[in-house]
Amino acid sequence: MRTLATVLVLVLAGCQLPVVSPRVDSPRAETPEARLHLLNRVTWGANGSSARRIEAVGTRAFLDEQLRPAPKPPLPPAVQAQIDALTISQKPFTDLVREVEQQRRDAVAIKDPEERKAAQKAYQQELTRLGREAATRSILRALYSPAQLQEKMTWFWMNHFNVFQFKSYVRATVGDYEENAIRPHALGRFRALLGATARHPAMLRYLDNVQNAANRVNENYARELMELHTLGVSGGYTQRDVQELARILTGVGVNLIGEPRKIAAARERLYVRDGVFEFIPGRHDFGDKVFLGRTIKGAGLRETEQALDMLARHPATARHVSRKLAVYFVADDPLSALVERMAATFRSSDGDIAAVLRTMFGSPEFAASAGRKFKDPVHYVMSAVRLAYDERAILNAQPVIGWLNRMGQGLYTRQTPDGFSLTRDDWVSPGQMTTRFEIARAIGSGSAGLFRTAGPEPLEAPAFPQLSNALYFQAIQKTLGPATLKALDQARSPQEWNTYLLSSPEFMNR
Amino acid sequence: MNKRDFLKLAAAAPLAASPVRLYAAASSTSARLLLVFLRGGYDASNVLVPVGSSFYYESRPNIAVPRPGSAAKAALPLDGDWGLHPALGASLLPLYQQGQLAFVPFAGTRDLSRSHFQTQDTIELGQAHDGRRNYQSGFLNRLAATLAGQSRAISFTDRVPVAFRGELQVPNMALKQVRKPAVDPVQTAVIAEMYRDTPYARAIDEGISVRDGVMQNMAAEMEAASRNAITARGFELEARRIARLMRDRYNVGFVDVGGWDTHVGQGGAEGFLANRLEQLGSGIAAYAAEMGAQWNDTVVIVLSEFGRTFRENGSRGTDHGHGTVYWIAGGSVRGGRTAGEQIQLRQSTLHQNRDYPVLTEYRALCGGLFARVYGFGAPQLERVFPGTSPVDLGLV
Repeated sequence: MRTLATVLVLVLAGCQLPVVSPRVDSPRAETPEARLHLLNRVTWGANGSSARRIEAVGTRAFLDEQLRPAPKPPLPPAVQAQIDALTISQKPFTDLVREVEQQRRDAVAIKDPEERKAAQKAYQQELTRLGREAATRSILRALYSPAQLQEKMTWFWMNHFNVFQFKSYVRATVGDYEENAIRPHALGRFRALLGATARHPAMLRYLDNVQNAANRVNENYARELMELHTLGVSGGYTQRDVQELARILTGVGVNLIGEPRKIAAARERLYVRDGVFEFIPGRHDFGDKVFLGRTIKGAGLRETEQALDMLARHPATARHVSRKLAVYFVADDPLSALVERMAATFRSSDGDIAAVLRTMFGSPEFAASAGRKFKDPVHYVMSAVRLAYDERAILNAQPVIGWLNRMGQGLYTRQTPDGFSLTRDDWVSPGQMTTRFEIARAIGSGSAGLFRTAGPEPLEAPAFPQLSNALYFQAIQKTLGPATLKALDQARSPQEWNTYLLSSPEFMNR
Repeated sequence: MNKRDFLKLAAAAPLAASPVRLYAAASSTSARLLLVFLRGGYDASNVLVPVGSSFYYESRPNIAVPRPGSAAKAALPLDGDWGLHPALGASLLPLYQQGQLAFVPFAGTRDLSRSHFQTQDTIELGQAHDGRRNYQSGFLNRLAATLAGQSRAISFTDRVPVAFRGELQVPNMALKQVRKPAVDPVQTAVIAEMYRDTPYARAIDEGISVRDGVMQNMAAEMEAASRNAITARGFELEARRIARLMRDRYNVGFVDVGGWDTHVGQGGAEGFLANRLEQLGSGIAAYAAEMGAQWNDTVVIVLSEFGRTFRENGSRGTDHGHGTVYWIAGGSVRGGRTAGEQIQLRQSTLHQNRDYPVLTEYRALCGGLFARVYGFGAPQLERVFPGTSPVDLGLV
């Protein structure tokens, strides 16, 4: 039924484009249900405060402020305080990486095998702690930042430029990667975003470019840079292009400990160090390359910038990225007409991500797709917690981390560089659904550990999920079908009512 | 006629001309198939080691597995050409020696993208290589559908893999961690009722049924754990759980194991890859043991999207390659050998001067295997692997 309806609506929208052209700022979008749908797409899930905001300023202004957020959008003070207390917030990234690397070296140097083992374990535990801090900060921002679209786009790009935290020391780097390479550019220029990922130790380590040197070429990053990050697998490049790009990328790496390098005098001016990032001329292949049909003269790091320019501005990249955005925000198989319009904006705006999103949000395809995207686990958990607690700050993100892991979509846990799937078929499986009901029950039945602080002497604040709230009666209730309303009537307790609402088919969609 | 030539001939012979044993047709309902997908492209040349090739040792100065007897940890001899990684000595070597494990070297796909994801999709979809892909039709789903009422398929993963996408609703349940459900039977019934008229109804019903079945099945293990018995860990634990379910409830299964993308510091006889292999091998051996008498009706296929570069790279690892080695294990497998067409390994016989070539296309290989296991004729095989001529390697 539902699938058929989706198809019909999309087909109608496609055929009658000139006649039916609902826009997000039309009066039709100003009903509470329409605003609810929009919030569920643009934010990590509608809650009372976001509903009040969109009602107060109107959908057009709301979208404007989401597309162009303030540089440091204010968080609730209790949330900001938790973020400020994290090591990754307090310590400059370069220092943090240096200390952790020193800890590793010290551990390796220990002679006694037992002591060495213990020191290496402590090193691993520190890495894991830092990775958990990054996840905690990410979750707090997702739940409470007023710049919700920026947060969603941060997740989107973290997934697009995926790294796996459990590879080597990547756990120590994911926090900075997300905070300083991805988030500032999440709604900015694609070229800047691409450049930031290409210089970040998280990416350079994860895809092994730190190992890529002249005559000892490692193709891993070069390949994924084209296949996944820019052109797409059918973007028209060859194995030869992969090899040439890998040569261009030789010498692009990191210097964890900040030790000085011996650089041949002739190439000294080509040496680059910027924080942990380092370009080492001695490891670079200075021969000329032929990349995507163009000759790139051997010139050091400038070659990488040239290659990234070419990739970021390639029409295949505009299409590849636009389609992925449409899959994330509109439909699992978006109409190519929409993708082409978005790609046109991408090209004419020189990869302005917010402009591409604006084209998408204003499209009839977007309007027609309301409530028809299946939530992936991250959407599911974030939307449930946001609806249940609104602006009240959780005290412990660990339960959220655990639920996401349990559903197979933990933060920074995607092992392969393709990132998590964005489509329903990969998430609607039988095992996934029964797990969701378990998590619905956990979130719906009480504070679920979200309000118990971590540490040796945990403090627990009383809390109960407030799901039958004003937003429910104003908007959510009207979107529920008879079967769900009947189930809610059968609830024997508020806990059960919550469990049923969060388990309902309507709550699985956005 | 030497072994090579015979195998070549067998490989080239069309299925219709080769004698399919009747055993297969008669056992189609009891047959059990488990597909183990090694995601990441495992380094086949360091598992089934070409110990007879000096070119191998020249190509891998730092990461080669030493010739049998040449070091404390060295390849275990299988025949003059091949040896087995020593990390598999306790687990897979006995299966091989009992004739229950065969290797098919130079196997793989026609996909030359060297992309993990595209090639994994290629394998899981199992469709003609140059046609337009239908992402909603995986070959294991088509296999299960072809077995009609006799198939009970399941994926032991937290998501349904591409291989199981299709007309049949295939349930999934990851068995790495199993917990007792907190949603009680009354709540379960109310929730299921909400979904009755939605497209998800079948998924929900399946999920609940699988959950309850797994919990019944886990009862013994949980009891043992509560008595502080030593229990298996990691993939071995997972494999034992899978085996119990495959023994009692399901006959087509899928599981994937990651961590094979060894671009850096993969090690040789010892090291990162050796540790991964040890875990994998003990899992396969535990699976065989746990299946008990049903092991005789079982076929396990272990595969990966591609092999890796024949030469080591600059970081003592290997990069994405092409041809790989498939493993076929089972109580009735005609193992203790390497099967399929083979070539001498020289620079000139490498694919694009870097990888194993693919001499046995995987759809032809699996098609030939399914013909034996399930007694399939041409129409059924065409349904599972359209446009493919199966190759019969006599693997069961």
